[in-house]
Amino acid sequence: MAYSEKVLDHYNNPRNVGSLDKNDPSVGTGVVGAPACGDVMKLQIKVGEDGVIEDARFKTFGCGSAIASSSLVTEMVKGMKVDDALKIKNVDIARELSLPPVKIHCSVLAEDAIRAALEDYRRKKSQSAENAEESLPLAVNG
Amino acid sequence: MVKLPIYMDNHSTTRVDPRVVEKMLPYFTDEFGNAASRSHPFGWHAEEAVEKAREQVASLIGANGKEIVFTSGATESDNLAIKGVASFYKEKGKHIITTRIEHKAVLDTCKRLEQEGYEVTYLETGKSGVVDVKDVEAAMRPDTILVSVMAANNEIGTVQPLEEIGRLCRQKGVLFFTDAVQAAGKIPLDVERMNIDLLALSAHKMYGPKGVGALYVRRKNPRVRISPIIDGGGHERGMRSGTLNVPAIAGFGEACRLAQEEMPEESKRILALRERLHQGLASQLEDIYLNGDPVRRLPGNLNLSFAYVEGEALIMAISDVAVSSGSACTSASLEPSYVLRALGVEEELAHTSIRFGIGRFNTEEEIDYVINLVVNKVRKLREMSPLYEMVKEGIDLKSIHWASAH
Repeated sequence: MAYSEKVLDHYNNPRNVGSLDKNDPSVGTGVVGAPACGDVMKLQIKVGEDGVIEDARFKTFGCGSAIASSSLVTEMVKGMKVDDALKIKNVDIARELSLPPVKIHCSVLAEDAIRAALEDYRRKKSQSAENAEESLPLAVNG
Repeated sequence: MVKLPIYMDNHSTTRVDPRVVEKMLPYFTDEFGNAASRSHPFGWHAEEAVEKAREQVASLIGANGKEIVFTSGATESDNLAIKGVASFYKEKGKHIITTRIEHKAVLDTCKRLEQEGYEVTYLETGKSGVVDVKDVEAAMRPDTILVSVMAANNEIGTVQPLEEIGRLCRQKGVLFFTDAVQAAGKIPLDVERMNIDLLALSAHKMYGPKGVGALYVRRKNPRVRISPIIDGGGHERGMRSGTLNVPAIAGFGEACRLAQEEMPEESKRILALRERLHQGLASQLEDIYLNGDPVRRLPGNLNLSFAYVEGEALIMAISDVAVSSGSACTSASLEPSYVLRALGVEEELAHTSIRFGIGRFNTEEEIDYVINLVVNKVRKLREMSPLYEMVKEGIDLKSIHWASAH
């Protein structure tokens, strides 16, 4: 199979490989796919106080197109508002990388991964807000 | 300095040996005759070349020249053997025994026969891909007409117990066909000692040209009959019509002669290269697994799973080295290798498999280059792998409930 220039570029020089601290409340982590299917993507975002994604990191087990899709999506989301990042669609990724039909699922997985990371971030944020509310009366009573 | 790219995919095809090319060339130019032309020297010379090649091919497998039918390649030979026997012996029975790890040319031929009312038993193999002769015996029925078991597997290089299977088939009066495409010229084959009744060969897997193969069809004890699948001028004693590809056949003959002559020395050299590659990788990388049998194996075959690194990604990373993978991503089907899955290799490991096929033209320098390259790239890709990270954190990957199902 011949790869597009952009896939090769992201594959050979992947952007933002690595991990962020998953216990950090400002970090959202998404892990999607399955080893048995030959694709697992871990995507992490770090969101600033202003709701802007400051940093993104990925690790991917998968083919060249899967690695390129994750690399590209980390580049795309940096500097985006969380709400805007939720609007990223797999077709944006597939088009940008000129993925052939058999590799479309790689872009779908990248979309799933960014969604999962954003959801994880939101869940953490709402939990910490709840915790803050619950803990407040306790603190008063105490 | 090693010349790049390095070809290490010799189960797919091989470079034509220059000595083979030499033997072919005259038959494109001065000696261009049709081997079936009986009325002039052009035809006679072509026929001489074909008959010489026929003897050379036969000699490689301990057969007689009269038992060799030239075809367009092993896919045709497989089709001709199985469909030819099925059609000729259909009054005797309609049951065929084969294995789950045969080449598609055998499996899909069997599937077509099933649509036409034949019954096929697909034998399981052991974990290393070896067929148990007891399973063959247990599958036999009064209406079994053919057992089809490959000599050596194209993905994992596992060599089957041909002699035992042949002996059983002879005792039971069932014909025995073997697809010997990968084995021929690599390991000794003898149709008499192994009681083989039909055997398929391909020239381009043994340093000959593409587009030519052969089917051995036993002529006595017992005489094997097949119905042709291609009708026409009655060439090849009516079993395969069509003008013979004289230059390719001449090359095929020479390729067989060279293989027979050089096999003892060559197989030792290639085995040593494979061991060097295997040791070089295993001593530097953790979590790599050998697919197939460690002992019953073609000398040039090394099929390894590199855990936590997807096969196609590794192939991309070592783009200066031509190899192939059992990963789904190298096929359109998105399913990993059916051979590895038939062996019970877990899907996640099947996705990480790489097949190295070492051949006549590979050198020690190339092996060392490949070891270094693969070690570096596997390490790099593992640094990028979330699975490797989880394992390093002490997480058991099997304990995780993975959401996606393909």
